[in-house]
Amino acid sequence: MYLTLAWRNIWRNKRRSLITIVSIAFAVLLACVMRSLQLGSYNRMIENAARFYTGYIQVHKNGYWADKTLENSFVNDTGLLAMIDRIAGVEVAVPRLESFALASYGTKTKGALVLGVEPEREDLLTRARSKVVAGAYLQAHDKAVLVAAGLANYLKLGVGDTLVLIGQGFHGANAAGVYPVKGILKFPVPTQNNQTVFLPLKEAQWFYAADNRLTSIALVVDKAKNVDRIVAGISANVDPAALEVMGWRELMPDLVQGIEIDNISGKVMLGVLYAVIGFGMFGTFLMMTAERMYEFGVMMSVGMTRLRMQFVIFLEMGLMAALAVVAGIGLSLPVLVYYHHNPIYFTGDSARAIESFGIEAAYFFSLEPSLFYNQAWAIFFMAFILGFYPLLVIQRLKPVQAMRDAL
Amino acid sequence: MSVIKANNIHKTYTETAVPVHALNGVTLSVEEGEFTAIVGPSGCGKTTLLNILGGLDTPTEGTVEVANTDITGMNDNQLINFRLQNIGFVFQAYNLIPVLTNKENVEFIMLLQKWPRQEREQRAMELLAQMGIADKANQRPSELSGGQQQRVAVARALASKPKFILADEPTANLDSKSTANLLDMMAQLNKEEQATFVFSTHDQRVIDKARRVITLEDGKIVADITR
Repeated sequence: MYLTLAWRNIWRNKRRSLITIVSIAFAVLLACVMRSLQLGSYNRMIENAARFYTGYIQVHKNGYWADKTLENSFVNDTGLLAMIDRIAGVEVAVPRLESFALASYGTKTKGALVLGVEPEREDLLTRARSKVVAGAYLQAHDKAVLVAAGLANYLKLGVGDTLVLIGQGFHGANAAGVYPVKGILKFPVPTQNNQTVFLPLKEAQWFYAADNRLTSIALVVDKAKNVDRIVAGISANVDPAALEVMGWRELMPDLVQGIEIDNISGKVMLGVLYAVIGFGMFGTFLMMTAERMYEFGVMMSVGMTRLRMQFVIFLEMGLMAALAVVAGIGLSLPVLVYYHHNPIYFTGDSARAIESFGIEAAYFFSLEPSLFYNQAWAIFFMAFILGFYPLLVIQRLKPVQAMRDAL
Repeated sequence: MSVIKANNIHKTYTETAVPVHALNGVTLSVEEGEFTAIVGPSGCGKTTLLNILGGLDTPTEGTVEVANTDITGMNDNQLINFRLQNIGFVFQAYNLIPVLTNKENVEFIMLLQKWPRQEREQRAMELLAQMGIADKANQRPSELSGGQQQRVAVARALASKPKFILADEPTANLDSKSTANLLDMMAQLNKEEQATFVFSTHDQRVIDKARRVITLEDGKIVADITR
């Protein structure tokens, strides 16, 4: 009957309860959408960065990360790749040789990141095959290049044209090559799209005079939460003086910091939103208490203990919060599920404006369970804290005075 | 056997600028099965006395024994539990819980006393039938007339089989027909179930029904007549 009593008490003043529940539900909806957008975008940024620049884990020569030159490359030991492949959670290990060179076509020249890759393994990391917008993907034995669309546009070249690459190889050797363009790749991140050239690994090693050498091995793992364990597993099997193993947080400190700062600002916004809603909730709890002082006095007179009354009030607040949370999450779920599967892509000027910051011009939405239950906890926590007022009022209640004052 | 023994009760309210002496040495005892009215003009201390006898308020001086238990030294929680187990209340404004049905209102005290569900439902229906409002069991108090609501309140007061029932101006809000019906019902309960009633009232119809009339003036008993 206590539950019945609490439930019916909520609906004593239908309009007020509904306004309160709807306002909390709306806050939950807003918070879910906001957090989903933030977390979705962070995940996409991390994935974009990890899947192109670094992998989730990277193995490279000690010192390479601070000074990314071919002089800090290492010999491609097949035993190392095999050992990494055997570690649980490693989906693929992608060997690379990368350095900068000048890319030239006709009268145009531009600096380019020339990436030597094993095409099949690379595809498992960067999904490069799916990014081919013209021509075809590389084969391991090709003596050809894939050029990113932004760079191709700048150089005004297309599939079948010949790209000239000039740079400096291992130990200062001259690096020069002429390669037919086999395909054009379109990357979502502008910095990638404006400077990348893919070469098959063997050809890149020849180009840079770095026979059987790698600058890094990038790893794809099954779950981001396994990164630390896998890093420890690889580190235990390599000479730490020779090779360094880094997780994505170490590999992308700027991104991590940017995300953390943005995340904090998001949480501050959320705090402001909840503070506003909190005042609304407190107002309702205040009224629910003030208008029932007489009734509380009567209930205590006839033998209802303070604890039982507090329990009923607590149930009322809990039920209201639960209704609002369920409604808020229920309203947000279909929206978020839809946009999770159909991200919002910008086009035209707005897309270019966003891309100028080096960010993919799209909104991505996350469906991480934590974003839902965190809102629920926030609401329940607020109800719990604000609920202390009515509980305190009941604790101090004197039945005769409560009935007398209420008249 | 005395159900209530009040000995030299004083009550002084000090919250006001000038202390108000609401009760000035009231001594009385109420025997089991009595039908007693406490009467007097407004402000004479009737409600204060009733509150003290019911353990809702504490005297400044003096002691109150209910069923041979001194309640004046009890703390708040002990008093709440004591009221729950021993005293039934009927208020002037009925004071039913508006969100519960009439049957649930009657069951409420038994619920607090942890009666099994089936037993409390059965007793609630019996009491409502006794009050002649069994057909209103599943309606809310707001759907009843004042007289009917007060009958539910009496049923609620009787539900837990208290040692006695305190009724503060129970007929003040009722018309004469409802008052007559309610008084007949309470008189019948008093007679048939030996239920002890103590009223505060200045309603002549209640006074006429009472077998004992205690008159208060300026916080003192000035007359105590048994008829």
